[in-house]
Amino acid sequence: MINRSLKLPISLKASISIFIVFWLIIAAFPFIWTLWGSFKIEADFFSKADWMNALYAPRTITEKGGAFTGDGYYGAWVQENFWQAVINTTLVCFFVVGTSLTIGTLGGYALSRSSYKYTFWLLITALIFRAMPPITLVAGYLLPFYEWNLWGHLATTVIVLVAINQPFTLWMLHSFFQKIPKELDESAKVDGCTQFQAFRHVIIPVMWPGVITTGLFSFLLAYNDFAITSMLLSQNNQTMVPKIASFMGTTQTEGNVMFAVAAVVSTTAPLFIMVMFFQRQIVSGLTAGAVKG
Amino acid sequence: MKHKTFFWFFLPTASAMLLFIALPIFSIVIQSLFTPHDAVIIVTENCDPFGCKQETTIDQEATRDLRKSEPLGKFVGLEIYKDRGHLAVNEIKEIWVEANNFTEFRNNIGNLPFYRAIAFTLTFTFTVTPLMLVFGFIIALAVNSLHQNLKGLTIFFSLLPMIVSPLIGSLVLFWMIDSRGIIGEALQYVFEDPDLSLKASTGLTWVMLIVYGVWHATPFSFVVFYAGLQTLPLDTIESAKIDGASRLQQIWYVVIPHLMPLITFVALMQLMDNFRVFEPIVGFSAEAHAQSLSWFIFNDLGGETRLLSSAATSSVLTIIGVSILLFPVLIRTWRDFNEKSAK
Repeated sequence: MINRSLKLPISLKASISIFIVFWLIIAAFPFIWTLWGSFKIEADFFSKADWMNALYAPRTITEKGGAFTGDGYYGAWVQENFWQAVINTTLVCFFVVGTSLTIGTLGGYALSRSSYKYTFWLLITALIFRAMPPITLVAGYLLPFYEWNLWGHLATTVIVLVAINQPFTLWMLHSFFQKIPKELDESAKVDGCTQFQAFRHVIIPVMWPGVITTGLFSFLLAYNDFAITSMLLSQNNQTMVPKIASFMGTTQTEGNVMFAVAAVVSTTAPLFIMVMFFQRQIVSGLTAGAVKG
Repeated sequence: MKHKTFFWFFLPTASAMLLFIALPIFSIVIQSLFTPHDAVIIVTENCDPFGCKQETTIDQEATRDLRKSEPLGKFVGLEIYKDRGHLAVNEIKEIWVEANNFTEFRNNIGNLPFYRAIAFTLTFTFTVTPLMLVFGFIIALAVNSLHQNLKGLTIFFSLLPMIVSPLIGSLVLFWMIDSRGIIGEALQYVFEDPDLSLKASTGLTWVMLIVYGVWHATPFSFVVFYAGLQTLPLDTIESAKIDGASRLQQIWYVVIPHLMPLITFVALMQLMDNFRVFEPIVGFSAEAHAQSLSWFIFNDLGGETRLLSSAATSSVLTIIGVSILLFPVLIRTWRDFNEKSAK
C-alpha cells in the first residue's frame, strides 16, 4: 500500500488531503463546537444577531464577567441532579458489561467447541434476535413489570439490557473463541480436566483480548441506550441519555437549553476518552463482526 | 462437547434471551389481539318533580376491578391492525373508491399516519444505506493512501459520529442547524432568506434526518472497508497496472470485487439498523414532519396513557418489516455455513 501511495501524482494527493480535511471537519467539528459553546450563555451560543457571538461571547462577558461560564454545568449537575444520572449510568454499565460477559463467554465458548448442528441454529436464532429493534420488545415488558412491581428499577433494566445484548455478544465471542486452537483445551481434557476446568485454567488466561473488545461494545450499548432506559426507568433512576431527553422537554424556559448542552458534553467526554484508549479494539471488533457476521 | 456440558454452559445466556427476547415477542403478538376493557357504565334514573332523567356514570370501582382481573383486556382479533392508526383498511377502501387517479390515491394515503411512517422509514432506510456505503468507501480509499502516522488520528476522529448515542449526535447537529445556530445562520446567509428554518418544512426535515443518518453511519462502513483494504492482494493490483488499467479501472475491477463480501455485509446490517430509526426524530424534535415506525411505538408507550395494545400492534408490524429485510442475511449465513461444513 505504501508503495502505491508514493506513486500518486501531486494533484491526486492534494485532492485526497483536502477531502480528508473536509471529512474530519464534518466528523469532529460539531463536537468541538458544542464543547466550546457549552461554556457560553444561551444568548451567545444561540445568537439571533450574529453567529460570531458564539466565538467572542459579548453577552457572556457582560452578564458573567468572563468569556467562559460554567453555569450550564452547574445548572445541569447541581440544579437538575445530573450527577444522579451519572451514577445510575455507571451502575447500569458496570453490571451490564459484567453480567453479559460472564454468561456470554460461557455460551460463546460452548458454541465454538460443539460440533453438532444445533449450534448453527442457535447462532441463527441469535441473529434473528439481534435484528429485533429493542423498542418493539418494550410493549411486552411493561405489563408483567407493572404487575410484579419490577418497573422503574435499575436492576430490571440491567437484566433487560444484558438479554438484548446477548445475541451480539454471542456472535462476537463465538468467533473469537474459534480462533483459539481447540487442541489447547483438548489436551487439558486428556490430562483429566473436566470441560469447565479446561475452560477455567486454559481458555480464560488467553481469552482477554476478545473479551475486552466485546466488553467495549456491551458498554457502548448500555451507555448509549435510549429506547429501553427511557421506557423502563422511573424519574429518579434515569440514566444520562433519557435524562438529557427529559431536559429537552423542559427547555422552553430560558437557560435550560444550556443545561442540556452541558449535559451532552458531559456524556460525550467519557466516550472520547474511551475511543482514545481503545481505538484499536473498537476497530478490530467492528471488522471481526464484518468478517464473520 | 457433550450435550450435557453444552447445556449447562449455554443455559444462562439461553434463559436470558428466552425470557427477555423470545417471550416478549410472543407477548406483543398476543397483546396486539386484545384491547383494554371499556369503562363500566351504570345508567341511573333520577326522578324529580319535573320528570325523570337518565344519567350515565362510570363505575370506577367495577372498571378497576375488571381491568385488574383481566389486564390483557378483551379479545378483538385483528381489529387493532385494521383501525385508522395502523393499516386503516376501511379508510384505504374509501380512498380507493373516491380517488380519481393514482396520484390522488397516493396523496390521500399519505394522510394516514401509519402509511406516512412507513414512507419515511423506507425512504430513510433506502437513501441512508447506499449513501453511507459510497461515502465510507471513498473515505476508506482516501485514508488508505495517507501517511502511516496520520491514519490513526484520522480514524480516531472518524469514529466519533458513530460512537455517540444517536440521540446525542442528533442533538449536537440540531443545535447547529437551529435557526440561531451556526449552520442554520450560514444557510440563511447562503440562500438570502432570513426566515429559512430547516424545521419548518417536511422536505427539509427529511433531508436533515437523512444527512444525520449518513453522518452517523458512514464511520461504520469506512472502518470495515478500510480493514478490507489492508488485505488487498497487491499482485493483482500490480498485474492490473501492467495490463494498463487506469486508477479508476483498478478500483472498479480489483478493489470493489475484493471488498464485495464486506459491502454486502455492511449493506444488510445497515438496512436492518436504519429501519429502526427513531432517536434522531426525538433529538431533532421532528415528529411533526417525520415519523418512523419505531417512533410510533415510542409515542404510544410514552406519556400518561400508555397505549399498550396499539404499541404492540405497531411492534408486530415493525417486526414483520424487519423480518423481510432480515431474510437475505439469513440466506447468506446459511450459505456461508454450508460452504464451511462442505470443506
